[in-house]
Amino acid sequence: MKLDVHNISKHFGEGLNTKKAVEKISFSISSGEFKSLVGSSGSGKSTILRIIAGLDNPTKGYVKVDGEFVKGPGLDRGMVFQKYSLFPWLTAAENISFGMNLNSFKLKEIKHRTSYLLEVVGLQDAAQKYPNELSGGMQQRVAIARALATNPKILLLDEPFGALDLQIRESMQKFLYELWERTSVTVLLITHDIEEALALSQKIYILAPNPGRIIKEVNVELQKDDLNKLRLDPNFSKLRYELSDILRNLQK
Amino acid sequence: MISSELTKRDKSLSLSLFSFGKEPKKLKKITLQLTSIFLPLFFWSIICQLGIVSEMFLPSPMAVFYSLLDMAGSGILFEDIFASTGRVFGGFIFATILSVPLGIAMGAFPSFCALCEPLIAMLRYMPAAAFSPLLIIYLGIEEAPKISLIFIGTVYFNVLMVMDSVKFVPKELIETTLTLGGNTKDLLIKVIARYSLPSIIDTLRINIATSWNLVIVAELIAAEVGIGKRIQLAQRFFRTDQIFAELIVLGFIGFVLDMSFRFLLKYTCKWAV
Repeated sequence: MKLDVHNISKHFGEGLNTKKAVEKISFSISSGEFKSLVGSSGSGKSTILRIIAGLDNPTKGYVKVDGEFVKGPGLDRGMVFQKYSLFPWLTAAENISFGMNLNSFKLKEIKHRTSYLLEVVGLQDAAQKYPNELSGGMQQRVAIARALATNPKILLLDEPFGALDLQIRESMQKFLYELWERTSVTVLLITHDIEEALALSQKIYILAPNPGRIIKEVNVELQKDDLNKLRLDPNFSKLRYELSDILRNLQK
Repeated sequence: MISSELTKRDKSLSLSLFSFGKEPKKLKKITLQLTSIFLPLFFWSIICQLGIVSEMFLPSPMAVFYSLLDMAGSGILFEDIFASTGRVFGGFIFATILSVPLGIAMGAFPSFCALCEPLIAMLRYMPAAAFSPLLIIYLGIEEAPKISLIFIGTVYFNVLMVMDSVKFVPKELIETTLTLGGNTKDLLIKVIARYSLPSIIDTLRINIATSWNLVIVAELIAAEVGIGKRIQLAQRFFRTDQIFAELIVLGFIGFVLDMSFRFLLKYTCKWAV
């Protein structure tokens, strides 16, 4: 699998009122990779992800998945939003199987995949619970399981832990990292949290705001056997400091 | 010092009968609800006992009760109830069948809304009762004009209120469905209609009251049986006891309808209540 983002720009409005949300973004991501786009608000990071998901059209440029142009949303790209995305009338298990039902998967496969994914995200006991009975972290795990259920080639995560408490956020990052290792799914993560991006991804693109553009690419080569230890690693701290500094200077 | 502190607390406690946003305990709630019915009934009996108002104008609760028994005994009451509720359901069901899909479509597709909304907004302000002469000319004096009147009086409000509730479907749910491979039909039926179901049921609950009001208007014009017809006849013979009895029946049926919709909401949309 190869996802190609080629020179995309997105402008809102026309004439003098044109606002350039993102400008000339190019990058690509291949099977099994975990990459992050990091930027402050106004850097257009969500716009980029929405264009890849097919929910918005770029003004210029294109996105290709395995050589095919992206023209709209599709099963090859699973998406997880920051919040409010579970169907409140469906249980956790029914939420997970929703997409499979839409695409007429075989009943046996739906059942099997649903229980497999409930196990992967550690929510077997919450299968029959409704979203309003689940904590914020559990809801996001259901949303991730639901996106994985239809076997996408790539998982697009739009600040998936941005609305969670700090303590829960760290355990969710660990969860996501282990999920990635176990399922070897391809992940593109959007976040404003440098530490999150460093802890999880292999490559980080730093975005500058107004208009949103990539100003730096960072390859992360750190030992990630234990995310808790990783946070104490001097190399981790050094990288985090450098990148935070870049982002801070952009704000001036 | 301490005692004055305590009395202060007591005062605030006694005020809590109507304290803002606080649900009363079950027993207290039931007592209050019963008071709501029985206090006016009590005053009504007192006024009749004292003979302040002539019984011709204000029949006593007992007289009304006997009149009710009388009409029930002769079967008129049930005939009337059957005829009136039949008309209400007829008109209301037609209005629902048309307005729910139309409202959902208008809420979901802004262009379709632009096409329909101006006309509906205007039709809505034409009082349904004003259509009845026309309906009699077109449809005669049987059931059709009565059911049509109820339909006309309910359908536009239903459409606009359903449309509004559809606009509250979170964008995230719609976009999630699209990324999960859903098409327009899936969106409309499995997500938009499903998400709006609680507010649609609530809309129907509110608007069936309008239908119920209109059935009386419809029966005043031309009817053999029906609660409205009975009230009109009772007026001719100065039977205020019958009018009171029929009014109470109207209120009671309305109350039962309202409760049924509330139960329907509770059992079909547990997640929303």
